[in-house]
Amino acid sequence: MLVSYQWLNQYVDLNGVTPEKLAEELTRGGIEVDVIHPLDQGVENVVTGVVKKVEPHPGADRLRVCTVDAGKEEPLNIVCGAPNVAEGQTVAVALPGARLPGGVKIKKTKLRGVPSEGMICSAQELGMPEKLLPKEQQEGILVLPAETGVGEDAKAVLGLEDVVLELDLTPNRSDCLSMWGVAYEVAALLDREVHLPVTEERMPVGKTKPVDVVLDAEEDCPFYATQVVEGIRLGESPRWMQNRLLAAGIRPINNVVDITNYVMLEYGQPLHAFDYDQVEDGEIVVRRGGTGETVTTLDGVTRACDDRTLLITDGTKPIGIAGVMGGENSEVKEGTTTVLIESAYFAPESIRRTARRLGLRSEASTRFEKGVDPERVIPALTRAVELMVQLAGGKVASPVTAERMGEIEDVIVELRHNRLTGVLGVQVEEKAVLDVFRRLRFPTEVNDGVYRVQVPSRRPDISIEVDLIEEVARLYGYDRIPTTLPWGQQSPGALTPEQRLRRVIRHSLRDAGFHEVINYSLTSPDRLRELEPVLYKEARPIRISMPMSDERKVLRTSLVPQLLETAEYNVHRREEGVSVFELARVFVTEEKKLTRQPEERWALAGLVTGATSPHWQKRNGAPDFFTVKGMLEWLFERLGVNGISFEAAQPEGYHPGRTARIKQDGRVIGVLGQVHPKTASAHDLDDTYVFELDLEPVTEAALNRVIRYETLPKHPDTTRDLALVVDEGIPVGELEKTIHSAGGELLQSVSLFDVFTGEQIGEGKKSVAFSLRYQAGDRTLTDEEVAEVHQNVIQRLEEKHGAVLRK
Amino acid sequence: MREKLESLKREAEEKIRAASDPEGLKELRVKYLGKKGEITSVLRGMKDLSPEERPVVGALANEVRNRLEEWIRAKESELEEARLQARLKRETVDVTLPGQPRPLGGVHPLNAVIEQIEDIFVGMGFEVAEGPEVETDYYNFEALNLPKDHPARDMQDSFYITPELLLRTQTSPVQVRSMQSKEGKVPVKIICPGKVYRRDDDDATHSHQFTQVEGLVVDRGIAMSELHGTLLAFAEQMFGEKLESRLRPSYFPFTEPSVEMDISCVQCGGSGCRMCKYSGWIEILGAGMVHPRVLERGGYDSERYTGFAFGMGPERIALLKYGIDDIRQFYTNDLRFLRQFQSV
Repeated sequence: MLVSYQWLNQYVDLNGVTPEKLAEELTRGGIEVDVIHPLDQGVENVVTGVVKKVEPHPGADRLRVCTVDAGKEEPLNIVCGAPNVAEGQTVAVALPGARLPGGVKIKKTKLRGVPSEGMICSAQELGMPEKLLPKEQQEGILVLPAETGVGEDAKAVLGLEDVVLELDLTPNRSDCLSMWGVAYEVAALLDREVHLPVTEERMPVGKTKPVDVVLDAEEDCPFYATQVVEGIRLGESPRWMQNRLLAAGIRPINNVVDITNYVMLEYGQPLHAFDYDQVEDGEIVVRRGGTGETVTTLDGVTRACDDRTLLITDGTKPIGIAGVMGGENSEVKEGTTTVLIESAYFAPESIRRTARRLGLRSEASTRFEKGVDPERVIPALTRAVELMVQLAGGKVASPVTAERMGEIEDVIVELRHNRLTGVLGVQVEEKAVLDVFRRLRFPTEVNDGVYRVQVPSRRPDISIEVDLIEEVARLYGYDRIPTTLPWGQQSPGALTPEQRLRRVIRHSLRDAGFHEVINYSLTSPDRLRELEPVLYKEARPIRISMPMSDERKVLRTSLVPQLLETAEYNVHRREEGVSVFELARVFVTEEKKLTRQPEERWALAGLVTGATSPHWQKRNGAPDFFTVKGMLEWLFERLGVNGISFEAAQPEGYHPGRTARIKQDGRVIGVLGQVHPKTASAHDLDDTYVFELDLEPVTEAALNRVIRYETLPKHPDTTRDLALVVDEGIPVGELEKTIHSAGGELLQSVSLFDVFTGEQIGEGKKSVAFSLRYQAGDRTLTDEEVAEVHQNVIQRLEEKHGAVLRK
Repeated sequence: MREKLESLKREAEEKIRAASDPEGLKELRVKYLGKKGEITSVLRGMKDLSPEERPVVGALANEVRNRLEEWIRAKESELEEARLQARLKRETVDVTLPGQPRPLGGVHPLNAVIEQIEDIFVGMGFEVAEGPEVETDYYNFEALNLPKDHPARDMQDSFYITPELLLRTQTSPVQVRSMQSKEGKVPVKIICPGKVYRRDDDDATHSHQFTQVEGLVVDRGIAMSELHGTLLAFAEQMFGEKLESRLRPSYFPFTEPSVEMDISCVQCGGSGCRMCKYSGWIEILGAGMVHPRVLERGGYDSERYTGFAFGMGPERIALLKYGIDDIRQFYTNDLRFLRQFQSV
């Protein structure tokens, strides 16, 4: 809502309250003022004048030499380039020495040899809002009404001395979508009087035109009033009205339409004017539309109705969509002499629904959607009729014809004083509370600590006790509410173990050199298909019903695909190495059509590509499979997660020889692998390694770990090395398993220290060397004991894997 | 014999002084002091001396032996010292050369801010709750006093999946969920950080995905003054200084009275600058007293209990704290951006 300071000043005396101060008061009162727009953008020394003579310019086809009477002793000689300049026009003249918006200064000059003593201004040159002006005013000079005097300050004539406050209204304060509403609010905030003019109904003079109103959808339209005015002379509305409309951001059109808009701004009650001659028999029937029915609206678009579209009809044909837009067939246009003015209360839900469905939002629908004040339906109508008579030459041709279902009841809300002080935490005196209601103009009685407050219909946002508490707090002053800390029962605050663990993971990865990233939950199905899922194979990505773009269509089921994008983005910005991770939820469901909330599972994914931090001593090599595997093992160790194994896998999109499923106690919990070179190069990436873990089993294992002290060994250990030749295809992991099971409880640890292939080993073979550490808790092992177990290990390796001991 | 000892002494002294390495010194020790060394052989000739002379020469021989011993030891440590000095010289490095880098990553600045918020509220006795990102229309709107036709739904156009399921537009649904899970017990003191989604085109100040931290306190006798006190305590810890704060009336369907909280500008301290649009104040969050209807939906008798709720944007807090000017930076994952927050 744009509020003219000068206009408001008519209703509430703003003496001593600057626009800035007013803005501050409103903002502190809960009506946020977003911007203060001074309409005068530095215009100085621009006056009105009359064009006396227009002659061609001797040196330029497009220029004209005008003689302008601007109230000075001598007429001014002004060269003008506007095509619409004509003798007899009243115009705005920037005199020599004048200033225009943007710091433009006007001087006496010569244009193509002809002296020019100033400039005839266009609306735009004066800083008026171009897009709200009629076309002819956008293109040429601004032509003022003939009755405007000569030599007057153009700023005053054009209303440019005003200041407009732009209010950012919250949805509950639709009462401030009108000047009256703002006036009540300001009067309450400043504790000043409010003066609102009252208009009496005008009775018809001469023969009455027939009017009949039928409400066929009373739920959607319980109240409809209308009055007919004839003898209308359609034309421009007066300058002052246009100025106010412009200040409010509304385009002036013609006097009839301008009056309906003006009254809407005054009262907050949208009005519509129909061409009475197009309304059959003067009958108005308000009903719901039928499926298949269409209405061509004022903007020339034919719109389909449904059975909940509320229509204004004349009994035979629709002439408008209620509260949203009038019909083309009943438009007030050249030739219209008689108008039927509509003032009604339409149910907010109905208008909201239709406006949404048609994608049509207007000043009118915005107000109806939020609920207009039924008490203002008739006053707004009579005010419009009065203005039609005063400004458009109209004669009243019917009395007010109104149909209303039900009565408007007074709303009484009770407020308990102790509840008020309890909720606010401040001791407000009864006197102060009563004072607030007096300023709000809410009639109030108080009895035994209970206020009975009569809430006027202009404030539909107030219906329960707490609404009144808010009103009191607002006007009493939020700044008078002290600051205390809750004193009630104490509660231990803490993160849950899961939350703490997620922090540990994120901090550990940071310490391991990974940058945490956050990608969007919404992605494209194609992106997700780039890598075959290893987790949640059956999950169907959930689609958004109306996506904003193809890139943001489905909820992700995996975090890895977007990490490829992140890496690509950074590599394109000359990053040599990228190590990133994300910890976020993925959305898992097997349902084709979602009927219940999906499972939201925490996932951890990472990506490593390119060299890590080169150093002057040596260039660190590019990472390989084991760099990333080692990091993961380090992380599992940090979390105390045991029982992890890696098993070769060949999911699509990954390198078939360098990818593993990660298992924990036999269950697949993740994937680790090199991205397939084809996939990687599609993202301009070299060797790239990724991993992804389902965090739930990891969390569970980490939280279930038991840390118990064991006495330190008292007896020395013995180490034996073991070098074997085996078939190249046998995984070392299998050998280790065999060693562990054969070594039994005396075997404390196995560590691989060498793997190689080569001629001396033989084709298709590899040499593997382990170091085995034996120890017993209760005695020093003898050589014989160790030899026996070790021999057993060797024997099992020979039997199970055909291993040959290297001597 | 005396002369012999004296000349041995002189000769040895010279040789020891001239020795240039421990090996040579070792040889000298053997030569003079060894079992077959020259002093020993002189002593062996003692038997030929007169009994009067014997003790005198014996004393002299001992003295010479001790002196030689002393000189050799002194020379030894001298050589050792020289060798150590040489080594230290050899080992000298240019300390201005760069160190071997340890790769350092970073926690995302948004999560870093969320962690700080969590820590502050945990310190004030809050628990950290979580809720689903795919939420039901009921919890996201209806239970929060936003029925289907409510005009306030305009404030947040939503990503619907089905007519009943959507991506949550706010973390507020966790309010009712938390109350329900507490089953009427008090106090309820939770915060809930998380992702939220709205149908906004991404630009410098909008993002279709962003984060929020919701807070809720329900107990007997909770008043607005406590809301103010709690939030001010938070702001002072977050921005690390004494701050002025003010509450302004606002509107949220699920709180009443509703407020927005401003703090004195963290950049200029309130004197007015570009960041605070020369007002001296910066809005940091929305809050209010829990609406009685929301309390009832959570299973709490609104006559017996009151509460307050608040919601803040970690993006906004990070913008203010670090002077970031474009919200898209949080989701672009440019390493040049992320690296700036490594030490957060």
